[in-house]
Amino acid sequence: MSEITREQVQHLAGLARIALTDDEVTSLTTELSQIVDAIATVREVAGDDVPATSHPVPMANVLRADEAGETLTHAEAFAGAPSHDGERFRVSAILGEEQ
Amino acid sequence: MEQAATDLTRLAGHELAARIASGDVSSVEATQAHLDRIAAVDGELHAFLHVNDGALEQARAIDERRARGEQLHELAGSPVAIKDVLCTIGMPSTSGSRILEGWVPPYDATVVARLKAAGLVALGKTNMDEFAMGSSTEHSAYGPTRNPWDPERIPGGSGGGSAAAVAAFEAPFAVGSDTGGSIRQPAAVTGTVGVKPTYGGVSRYGAIALASSLDQVGPVTRTVLDSALIHDVIGGHDPHDSTSLDREWPSFTAAAREGAASGSLAGLRVGVVKELDSEGIAPDVQARFQETVQVLTDAGAEVVEVSCPSFEYSVAAYYLILPAEASSNLARFDSVRFGLRVEQQGQTVEDVMAASREAGFGPEVKRRIILGTYALSAGYYDAYYGSAQKVRTLIQRDFDAAFEQVDLLISPAAPTTAFKLGEKINDPLAMYVNDITTIPANLAGIPGMGLPMGLGDDGMPVGLQLLAPMFEDERLYRAGATIEALLAERWGGILTSRAPALRDAASGGSSGTSTNGAAA
Amino acid sequence: MKAKLMDFDKALELFEPVLGFEVHVELGTSTKMFSAAPNPAHPEFHGAEPNTLIDPLSLGLPGSLPVTNETAVRYSISLGLALGCQIATSCRFARKNYFYPDTPKNYQISQYDEPIAFEGAVEIELASGRQVTVPIERAHMEEDAGKLTHVGGSTGRIQGAEYSLVDYNRAGVPLVEIVTHMIFGAEHDAPELARAYVGAIRDIVLSLGISEARMERGNLRCDANVSLRPRGSQQLGTRTETKNVNSMRSVERAVRYEIQRQAAILADGGTITQETRHWHEDTGETSPGRPKSDADDYRYFPEPDLLPVEPSRELVEELRAALPEQPVARKRRLKAEWGFSDLEFQDVVNGDMLHVVEATVAAGAAPQSARKWWTGEIARVANERGVEAASLVEPAHVAELQRLIDERTLSDRLARQALEGVMAGEGSPAEVAEARGLKVVTDESALVAAVDEALAAQPDVLAKIRDGKVQAAGAVIGAVMKAMRGQADAARVREIVLERAAG
Ligand SMILES: [Mg+2]
Ligand SMILES: [Zn+2]
Repeated sequence: MSEITREQVQHLAGLARIALTDDEVTSLTTELSQIVDAIATVREVAGDDVPATSHPVPMANVLRADEAGETLTHAEAFAGAPSHDGERFRVSAILGEEQ
Repeated sequence: MEQAATDLTRLAGHELAARIASGDVSSVEATQAHLDRIAAVDGELHAFLHVNDGALEQARAIDERRARGEQLHELAGSPVAIKDVLCTIGMPSTSGSRILEGWVPPYDATVVARLKAAGLVALGKTNMDEFAMGSSTEHSAYGPTRNPWDPERIPGGSGGGSAAAVAAFEAPFAVGSDTGGSIRQPAAVTGTVGVKPTYGGVSRYGAIALASSLDQVGPVTRTVLDSALIHDVIGGHDPHDSTSLDREWPSFTAAAREGAASGSLAGLRVGVVKELDSEGIAPDVQARFQETVQVLTDAGAEVVEVSCPSFEYSVAAYYLILPAEASSNLARFDSVRFGLRVEQQGQTVEDVMAASREAGFGPEVKRRIILGTYALSAGYYDAYYGSAQKVRTLIQRDFDAAFEQVDLLISPAAPTTAFKLGEKINDPLAMYVNDITTIPANLAGIPGMGLPMGLGDDGMPVGLQLLAPMFEDERLYRAGATIEALLAERWGGILTSRAPALRDAASGGSSGTSTNGAAA
Repeated sequence: MKAKLMDFDKALELFEPVLGFEVHVELGTSTKMFSAAPNPAHPEFHGAEPNTLIDPLSLGLPGSLPVTNETAVRYSISLGLALGCQIATSCRFARKNYFYPDTPKNYQISQYDEPIAFEGAVEIELASGRQVTVPIERAHMEEDAGKLTHVGGSTGRIQGAEYSLVDYNRAGVPLVEIVTHMIFGAEHDAPELARAYVGAIRDIVLSLGISEARMERGNLRCDANVSLRPRGSQQLGTRTETKNVNSMRSVERAVRYEIQRQAAILADGGTITQETRHWHEDTGETSPGRPKSDADDYRYFPEPDLLPVEPSRELVEELRAALPEQPVARKRRLKAEWGFSDLEFQDVVNGDMLHVVEATVAAGAAPQSARKWWTGEIARVANERGVEAASLVEPAHVAELQRLIDERTLSDRLARQALEGVMAGEGSPAEVAEARGLKVVTDESALVAAVDEALAAQPDVLAKIRDGKVQAAGAVIGAVMKAMRGQADAARVREIVLERAAG
């Protein structure tokens, strides 16, 4: 039985930037525990000798020539923007610092 | 006039295309007929989220080019429905989510650009589970799509809109996307045909990503040949997608034509996957499957049982890999450059982002983002995400071993017929296990096809799944077309010809309802 | 509140400084790391309007996908080789997940456990002649973020701003991040070592021609890690990371400051907080930033939209064969080629002017002239303004200035005026001279007339000169130069004065 706690769900919601309601935290705590129990079986299957597959078709060195292509116009860039000043996207005050 | 319009929508895609190409029917007529059909039935079905108001204009342009004697693609002028997961210039592209409501992309997905270049006319955007997370289309932020065979039932998901549109004769051709079965499972429960190509066979550029290493775009139609025609248009290398396969593909259309003509499966070795032919499969689905196996055997195929022991873990691996990749792919929906913003005076951007994502995402999306965040977070990565990637290796090995013995694998495409709307909506786990049959192909990257194999006890369609080795999509079309022809011969027509006609004002209401197993 | 600082020598008596650096280098490719949008770090695209060098990927639009820039990979391998690193036979990109408005996808495509280059070393030479080997842990490829402008509030800084504006031109610019191992044994040289290390990276990058490496433009950005441990202790102290110090001079000052600040805290029995700190150029101090916390869970995982990069051994050897010489060897060669004395050369090196002098010589100036300009007038202005000399004027312009002197078009004094104009952005030296009307008067008859007039006005001086007191000519020369508004060749004026006085 996995033990997903409310605090854990709240922490995950913070990492995922979603302002969950208390009710959502409650239901997700239960659901997540159930789901994690159901999928925890993957831990038992493969040993250290099994390599991980992150990509279904093994390929490498897919590279692009360094040649400039098309750019978006301001009209295209800002058409879907919630807020902008005609040159830049606008956001409300930032609390945190850059990484 | 109304009669003619009805007839046009009832034609198979390749038949309609041939009549347009011959000049017998104009693209405007064909497009208008389908727009009329949408107007008549989509109020009830809700297969479309957006109908293209420029469709007739595009159709007219094709007709004019044809009139000028231009050499056009064989599908030029034919209508096509596009899953809302694909970016389209001039039409909103929401991926079924509130967070992208009204968003009109400044670029076309490669698949869309290729359909346009071939002269197909976009009818509109089809409904889907939000960000393709679901198996019933009930998770669309814009309300569910209903199954044309029975409006009380789900049309499958996530691509329920595209499947319902072709099943209800609203479109002869459609495209969808398949991350864990979202093309094949809706095909199964709506009596239509759908193909998930080999991973990398069709470009993902401009397809709003769910799980990058699993997503594939593919055709959704009523016949195998029609799927092949679309696949030939949309497939092939795209330099905008690093994972796109740079290789020559054979003509799938030719393969489908040859397969339909041959009538024989002599020499074909077919494997029944033991692990996909067990418990969870409903008795009527099981019965149709056994009958289909008999049809294959009668046609000369050698059917054997193969074992893929790691499939048991595929759902678990899938529900780690998908949410992990999705949690990252969906991080860009932050209200800064596009999409919904929910904002109160004095809030910091951090609060605004969190409030916008809270308001813009539905419960299933939040559930999977949180799950994926968990699977990737410090201390859990190796146990969950890392282990799931290893399971993926084991599943690939199972497929490799199976395909050493056989040319194709078959299984039911879905464990049951379409369930009722609301039946599983509050039980995510029940919903998840539903994907057991389709998921292994996505994890391994191999191609798969869903096609009809009869009706269940409830009169609802039952689907067959064909799986081929990586890069061997051609085999699906060849064998699929043969099987389709053999079954149609027994049934006296393809399965969708028996679909109840809905309450269609324009058709004069030929509501023929099949009740029992069509193949029986 | 001003932090308490301990005297530097005293701090070094009590504590051993341990350093580490992360340097980000923007590559000057034509296009971005993962898309064909133009790269603002390429000279052709400098100064572009905000949000004009963007495509769907630069904005992280739904459905957009990355494709790796081949030239960026080649540059990264070359840089790795120049850092003495091994080049991976296979490496991967990974997603670093964090939300920030300058990061369009809210993850950065970077490299995590499989960097393209690893385990190298950079040799540097300090003013004392001491040689130090800086151990390199890794160099990895990644993409830059966009640029934020904070609006409102009084400071233009993030705190107190009403809102912020985002320009995504820089989002996706190819970066190589070079990470050192911990550097022990720097001792008193720690601040100088920091500066010399960044200078060495800059020299390497410039000699490879993979970046303009202009710190003031952000082409090269240094994060400096500093920790202290009590003398005799084997245990590492808690480190701070001072971010984005944007000049070499500041790197040196920031390291010195952190040593003095941390030493004062530790000596008082306090503890160092593990945090990022910000360097303030104006006050010469660092201030606390973000503490390290569990919010730093970046959830790295292999980037599923990209495939591994597996540089062929042929490519690696090709790039190795094309490598320019190592900085220390280069210094020895240049000193010999230029024929500078130890003192002269050290002056250039300490002023961090090796590359500009080299470029000026390459543009046609004599080594001694190039040296005099850079360590003289330009260094003086740079010092006055507290900026890097290299940011004031292009080497080609300095060479042009010297050519104008050599051609006797400008006098030394006029040349300094022309330089002032060049530094003010008025154009090339020739253009400034033209626009400001700076030109040595070469009309002999005009000079003779001016000399005669001056001698006539100062008969007593004329008498002294005729008496053989040649040094008295200075007063007349001054008067002539004044009359010619400085635009005469003083040496020639002197000759004429002596001629006419004798005549
Ligand atoms: Mg760093
Ligand atoms: Zn970095």
